[in-house]
Amino acid sequence: MSGSTIIFYLLAALTLVSGVLAVTTRQIFRALIFLLFSLIGIAGLYFWMQYDFVAAVQIVVYVGGITVLIIFSIFLTQQSGDLLPKQKISRQIFSALAVFCAFALTMLQLYQYSFKATTGEAVLPTVSNIGDRMLGVRENGFALPFEVVSILLLAALVGCIVIALRSKPATT
Amino acid sequence: MEPGLNQLLFISTALFFIGVFGFFTRRNLITMLMSIELVLNSVNLNFIAFNKYLWPNKMDGLFFSIFIIAIAASEAAVAIAIIINLYRSHHSIDVSTAEEMKF
Repeated sequence: MSGSTIIFYLLAALTLVSGVLAVTTRQIFRALIFLLFSLIGIAGLYFWMQYDFVAAVQIVVYVGGITVLIIFSIFLTQQSGDLLPKQKISRQIFSALAVFCAFALTMLQLYQYSFKATTGEAVLPTVSNIGDRMLGVRENGFALPFEVVSILLLAALVGCIVIALRSKPATT
Repeated sequence: MEPGLNQLLFISTALFFIGVFGFFTRRNLITMLMSIELVLNSVNLNFIAFNKYLWPNKMDGLFFSIFIIAIAASEAAVAIAIIINLYRSHHSIDVSTAEEMKF
């Protein structure tokens, strides 16, 4: 068992265990911290697969951005120290059963299917290759989705401000 | 066992259904948003794993996951704006108190 294998299984365990704890703990802040560890574990898996750029994006956007956003929204909307209300046990059992059955079905299908890899020459996911493809306007370029996503981000920014804007008090 | 595509697919499937379980059982809007983040992350992991092990000569999976990350970020921002607005009008972010979504 090589070191790389051990690291892979450690990262997998970190991701899955903290994912389970994030959806089951009854303290909302702890749920967020477990979600943070789960996201870090996924970033570690990207590093393990040597997709450094995606791992960096994952850490910057998810760990650094979305988590901080959720922390602020928790501070704005929750009373500190409150436990989340207990759910009905029947609902929990039925959801766990449904989720487990779907998981078993999916894994059964996955292990019966034999994937065929291509034999083409590998393209390394270096930053220069990513940049060439991302802004390429020839075939296999991603310039159009890049621009569409930039418009989407602008629209989300404006939409957030408009939605969260405090409505003016009615002036008489 | 040497880790490969099957192990990564196991992780992403498990993470997806953990997120779905959280979405079923939670009744608080912020924790439901966290479950959605788990689901989106599992999809990203799937794209990257397929790109690395099945089509290493292309980079489409990588770009799809980068765009998914960007869309997930904007989705989380809009969702949190809606949650804060809901808290202002209902003083609670439980989904059962937000039954009337009228203007």
